[in-house]
Amino acid sequence: MSGDLLFFIEISLAGLGSGALLALTALAFVLIYKATRVVNLAVSEVLMLGGYLFFAFAAGLGLSAWVALPLSILGGGLLGGIVERGVIRPMLGENPISVFMVTVGLGSILVGMAELIWGAEPKSLPAFISTTPLFLGEAYVSRKIAVAFVVAGVTISVFLALFRFWRGGVALRATATDQAAAYSCGINVPGVFSVAWIVGCATAAGAGVLLGAIGGISTTMGVFGLSALVVVIVGGLDSILGALIGGLALGLIQSWASTYLGGEYTSVVTFGLLIVAMMIRPYGLFGTHEIERL
Amino acid sequence: MTAETILEIENIELTYKGSIQALRGLSLKVPKGQIVALLGSNGAGKSSTLKAVSNLLSLENGELTAGRIRFNGKDTAGLSPHALVRSGLFHVMEGRRIFEDLTVEENLVAATYALTGRGGAPADFEQVYDYFPRLKERRHNRAGYLSGGEQQMLAIGRALVARPSLILLDEPSLGLSPLLVEEIFTIIAHINRETGVSMLLVEQNAAVALAISQFGYIMENGRIQLDGPTERLMADDDVREFYLGQSGGAENRSFRDIKHYKRRKRWLS
Repeated sequence: MSGDLLFFIEISLAGLGSGALLALTALAFVLIYKATRVVNLAVSEVLMLGGYLFFAFAAGLGLSAWVALPLSILGGGLLGGIVERGVIRPMLGENPISVFMVTVGLGSILVGMAELIWGAEPKSLPAFISTTPLFLGEAYVSRKIAVAFVVAGVTISVFLALFRFWRGGVALRATATDQAAAYSCGINVPGVFSVAWIVGCATAAGAGVLLGAIGGISTTMGVFGLSALVVVIVGGLDSILGALIGGLALGLIQSWASTYLGGEYTSVVTFGLLIVAMMIRPYGLFGTHEIERL
Repeated sequence: MTAETILEIENIELTYKGSIQALRGLSLKVPKGQIVALLGSNGAGKSSTLKAVSNLLSLENGELTAGRIRFNGKDTAGLSPHALVRSGLFHVMEGRRIFEDLTVEENLVAATYALTGRGGAPADFEQVYDYFPRLKERRHNRAGYLSGGEQQMLAIGRALVARPSLILLDEPSLGLSPLLVEEIFTIIAHINRETGVSMLLVEQNAAVALAISQFGYIMENGRIQLDGPTERLMADDDVREFYLGQSGGAENRSFRDIKHYKRRKRWLS
């Protein structure tokens, strides 16, 4: 195999790995949007907080990584539940832009709190994934990225299956389509909201731990969430499949762009893609557009 | 009488956004096992009455400021809408409100949440398909692509899945062809007879509504103007003229007669 091709395969694999993390973060956006029609920008900061919680449990309290990981995920979920109950639910029915701005403010508060508690300088997480490289044929893959890929892939597949075959998936989609009608079918609509926020934020926190394990944590790592937001907007805000495919595709494209064009092109390509995709399909590549009856 | 009354509304007053009064002291009763028709023109407050009963008002900034509603003898104030559904009160909302992005069968699955905490047999979709064979053919289609009549059937089908003791039906005839209206009302009458479920039926189409109900209320401007057993309402000259469109002999009535009607209504209320 020629060196060029091998190199291309290696950066593509790395791209798929970070793409899987993008997809996982995108899933958090989609879950929350689907149920409550809120674009929760604070998902990015919950992701950051997930990384810091893991740091606090594993490095601060000296817990084993396998205890710290579920605790961090639980912490993210708890935060999601509190925010939904305390801030978002009282604002139901308000202007969507106001609710969106509340999540923006919430994100800033979370960054501030993280800086107050842990300081602003970047940290690295205690290693819990082995660093021995993995070879797929001749191509080298970082083991951390491979683990992230598998975890993200499995999580998203589980969610896809739940949405199709589990009754709760129907409840969530029914609530997303028509709240009053969902109530009239006996669905506990506020309960659906809570579950969506808890599961969404827990997912984001889990993604944060994986991301932190690969690249270390910092209070600005929430920027990663912006790329994930591009994924959901391109893939369709209410489509889990869109989050998966969009995440992998954007991971690949970012990886190629930063290698062949240079790191400064990553954002240009990412957001250029967003603009083009929006012009072609305003409701996202996989999103639902309203059924028009003639 | 009270033992056989499933729904009792006593003197309710309702305001939207704290200022617009939609109901002014409305009272009515639904006896167990019967179909009661609630008739009236646009904006009389019929839909508001149903939403007040199912507690879906709060979603629209509406509020009961006086009066009481009792379902099965229990006050419904403070119950969440989904809790009320689970206790056996199903509201088929105006405009059908099916879940367009879900398949027909998933729409029925959504309604199984009404059975939460009731124990009993699992949901019976076959019963729905027996009443509405067309839904069975289309059960894997997206509900948004159904015709208007099929969507209304699906909306009623969701109610059947929930096995309620009272169904609030809000304008099932809306936007349907006369033939379909007849078909759907026939099925509604069948459901009432065969399952014994009580119904409060809101309609603008007074003729079809009175044809299948045992008792009727006619409301205007947020209160009941006239009520009685269906046969008596159908024999009433004013009802015949103003709600059934039968002029009863005299071809050209003058405005003075309408004034007379209004006077009489005021006296009634």
